[in-house]
Formats: sequence, C-alpha cells, structure tokens
Amino acid sequence: MASATTTKGATGRSPLNMVLFYVFLVLFVLVSIFPLLWVFRMSITTRAELLDSPTVTATAQPVGTNYATVFGNPDFIQALVNSVIVAGTTTVICLFFGSICAYSIARLRFRFKSPIMTLILAISFFPAVAIIAPLFIQFTAVGIINTYWAMIIPDVVFALPLTIWILVAFFRELPADLEEAAKVDGATTLQAFRKVIVPLAAPGVFTTAILTFIFAWNEFLFANTFIFDAAHYPVTVVIPNFATVYTTDYGSQAAGAVVVTIPLVILVLIFQRRIVSGLTAGAVKG
Amino acid sequence: MTSATREKKRRGGWFKEEFGTPERRLAYYMVLPAIIIIVAIAFFPIVYAVLLSITDSTITGFGSFVGAENYIELFANPDFWEGLKNTVIFTVASVALEFVIGLGVALAINRAFRGRGLVRAAVLVPWAFPTVISAVMWRLMLQDEIGIIDVVANAIGLVSQPILSDATLLLIACILVDVWKTMPFMALLLLAGLQTIPGEVYEAARVDGANVTQRFFRITLPLLKGTILVAVLFRTLDAYRVYDLFWVLSSEQLESLSTFVFKSVRISQLLFAQGNAAAVFIFVTAFLIALVFIKIFGMQTGTEE
Repeated sequence: MASATTTKGATGRSPLNMVLFYVFLVLFVLVSIFPLLWVFRMSITTRAELLDSPTVTATAQPVGTNYATVFGNPDFIQALVNSVIVAGTTTVICLFFGSICAYSIARLRFRFKSPIMTLILAISFFPAVAIIAPLFIQFTAVGIINTYWAMIIPDVVFALPLTIWILVAFFRELPADLEEAAKVDGATTLQAFRKVIVPLAAPGVFTTAILTFIFAWNEFLFANTFIFDAAHYPVTVVIPNFATVYTTDYGSQAAGAVVVTIPLVILVLIFQRRIVSGLTAGAVKG
Repeated sequence: MTSATREKKRRGGWFKEEFGTPERRLAYYMVLPAIIIIVAIAFFPIVYAVLLSITDSTITGFGSFVGAENYIELFANPDFWEGLKNTVIFTVASVALEFVIGLGVALAINRAFRGRGLVRAAVLVPWAFPTVISAVMWRLMLQDEIGIIDVVANAIGLVSQPILSDATLLLIACILVDVWKTMPFMALLLLAGLQTIPGEVYEAARVDGANVTQRFFRITLPLLKGTILVAVLFRTLDAYRVYDLFWVLSSEQLESLSTFVFKSVRISQLLFAQGNAAAVFIFVTAFLIALVFIKIFGMQTGTEE
C-alpha cells in the first residue's frame, strides 16, 4: 500500500487549497504528538515551576532531576527489566507457533482452513476481562500466579491472532515457485519452510515481531490482575502507581511516562512504513 | 476450492483423504499448537467462567449450584448499571467520532504529498503508546490548577470545575483521549482501503457527470464497505471492553463493565460470583455485537482469497 498507486488529485489544485491542506496536516500532526511534547517538557521542569502555572512550565530552565529520581527508584528499574522479559518472551513464543501456523494456512491445502481462521480472529474480539477469574484460579492451582508466566501465557494467547494474521499476509506475498523448486530438488515441506520461506520472509517476520512486542509491552489488565508484588510488576503497572508514590511530584511521573514511551517512539519512527503495511495487511483484504 | 472438486471425484471418505495424506496431516500438525493454546487459555476458561457464575464460588474454591441468583443480584446492582451505561456511551461516542474524523482524515491524505512519512509516523505515535501511559500523560495535563488543559479550559470558560473530580467530565475526557489515541489508526486502515479503489472508477464517474457528493456516496462508501465494517467492528469490541483508560485516567473512580468485573473478582472478593456473572454478560453481549455486524451488515469473514 505504501507505493500509493492511486494518487488522485495531486494536479490541478489551487495554491490556497494546498495551503489549507498543509495547515490541516500541521494541526493534525501537532494534536497527535502534543501530549508527548508537553509531558516531556513537564519531565524536565522543577517541582516548584510545575506547581506554578503552565506558562512558567513552558519557559522554565530544563533540569534532569526528575530523571534522576525515577532512575534512582529500584522498583522502576526492576519494572523495565520485567517488561522487557515478558514482552520479549511473549514475542519469541508467538513468532514460533505463529509462523508455523501461518505457513500452513498460507501455503498448504486443507479442509478446515476457514473455520480455523475465524476461530483465530474471534480471539482478537474476545473480551479478556471475561476470563480473568478462571485464569486466576487456574494459575493459582498450577503455582504460576504472581510470576512472569502469569503474564506471558495470556499475552501469547491474545497476541497470537495478530501474529498469525500478519504472517499469513506476508507468506502469501512470497512467490510459490521457490518452494516448488526446493521440493523438486528433494526438500520436504518442513525443509522448504525453514530454509526457503523463513529467510525470505525475514522482513515480514521482523515487522510482526515489533508489533507483537508493542502489544505485550502495553498489556495492563493481566499484569494488574495476576501480579501482586513489586518484584514482578511491569512498567504499565508501576507508572500509574507513581501517582501515589510521588503524589504531587508530577515531574517524576512525567519522566517515568517519557522513559517508557521513548523506545516505542523510536521503533515507530524507524519502522513506520513496515508497521503500517503489517497492520493494514490483514484488515483490508480480510 | 480444490478440495470440493476432489470430493466429488471420491464420494465419501473425505475424512480419510483429509487425514490420510502426509501433506494434509502435516498441515494440521502445523496449525494445531496455536489452536490448542488458544482453546486452552481462552475458550476453556469461558466455560469455567459460566460455571463460576451459576455457583456461589469464591476465589479459593468452587461453591454449590445457585442457578440464576448471581445474575439476579447483578442486575439489581446499581454499580453494574453505571458501568454498563458508561461503557455504552463511551463505545458509541468514541467509535462514531473515530469513524467520522478518521474517514475525513483518510480522504484528505489520500494523495501524494511531501512529508507523507512524517504524517504517518506522527499518526502511529499515539497508537504505539501503552493505553495506561497515555492515560497518565493526559491525567497530568488535566490536573486541577496546574494541568495545561484544565487551565486552558477554565480560562476560556469551557469548564468551571476541576475536570478530574467530575464524573461526566471524566467520561468526556476518556472519550476524547480514546479518539486521540485510536482515530489515527482508524484513518490508516481506511486509507489503506481507499488505496485499493482504482482511480479509473472515479475518472469514469467524473466523465459521466457525477459530482463530489455522488462520487462519495455511490463509489467510495460502497467500495469501502468491507474495510469500514472490519475497522468499526474491531474498534467497537475494543471500546466495549475498555478497562485501562477508565482505571488510570479516573484513578479507579469511573465504572465500566470491565472495571466492575475487575473490582468484583480481584478487589472486593465478596462479589466474586457476581463478577463472573458480569464477565459472562460481557462475553455474550460482545459476541452478539459481532454477530450483528456479520449477519446484518453482511461483513465478510471469509479469508480464502
């Protein structure tokens, strides 16, 4: 979709029209990123100036004390580590099961493909809150409540549909001749998948990995339900808690929020084209 | 589908054909692990939740059968109705705004222009944030007396009381934050749909004398219908289960269906069984919403081509 084959109306527009268009674009971009910019501004402002007024905040001398505060908080560092572990493990597991499943759906012939895809799709519509009580009981029974696995397992289930749908779209785009050639040369289906498709699909798999990671990084409900000690809290639980930890120290709360979003903003800026094509792949044709 | 034609050749025995050939079996083996995970962790617990909702269970153990008692108590609980009301208002308002604004934005940027990449990146930034973090950010901006939005809104006379301590203003804030966060994503989906409509269709209509409005209602909307339904259904069910945004933006004050379930089963565990009844209610109603989209609006869920 990135190539924009149907670029309509670039010609024959009046200069006024173009000016209005760009004014609209600038406004749109500003509204999108303003909260991040403003919270960043808050994060480099002293407490006294923050409590004064927004005008004082906007013009204050930048300071790094709020960042020193949050990075001096061992719970925050631990939460960053926990989030990386949970989101990273979720991504690896999802890609493993998801790519195998997606390859089968995209390339092999079998009868119940459509019901299986519908079942997978149904999960993305599933209200996760409906199963927190049963999962709580089951996780307690098997002894994984209040561990990383209590977050990773449900995260995997709810990220898998995304992973599978995007990978199916990517796998379908690859030319079929290559596997045929590999099979003619004596490779089995699994070998063709591993040696031909996986390397070729690497960009698509990578895009899927980014999206799955963002999904797991952002998860809050399961973490807030199944985890009850600070040693295992991910950032999504710790940052809202800053409101009670730091009360009116809004600068430190802002600094915490900025630290958590910066990796995501960087990922988005670098990979925006891929992310958009990955996200729209399933939805538009599906 | 080839399997259908082949089936005609060999009447009966599709089971043998389906599972008898190594290639077919391999296809199933490859799909199976993901399906098992999904069924075990998502569908099995739903059955479990139904059982919990018709017994007087607690978080520590199964109780005895009580029939519809939990549901009767649930429907007599004003907190549940408050949650349902807020959830419905939130869902309808935010999805409607996101769709209308998102479609407008998609139509506006469906052309080649300088800075396309920048716009796309800016659009993705709010989407990529964790919902709870954007709630924290907006909370900081809505803070009484010192938050920039609260100060500006008071200065121009838009509000006269602190935003964060008024239930109606909080709900409006939640809707607007959701629109801010998700509308750009809706616009991207619709834009991708718009770009699959061939330009010649518009040319032909223009030659035939169709004006802008006619082209929009006769060409754009019908051809975009599939994308619109997918995007709107997806967003509707996502908004319907709203939890993170309400929980953090309102500091656990504003009730939604999901916060009601969470509070019941996780915080005040006296309401455990009633919370499960609410959980089943959410599941069933979400299912009905999806069904309405698929049956009445004729949404395609087929994935074959």
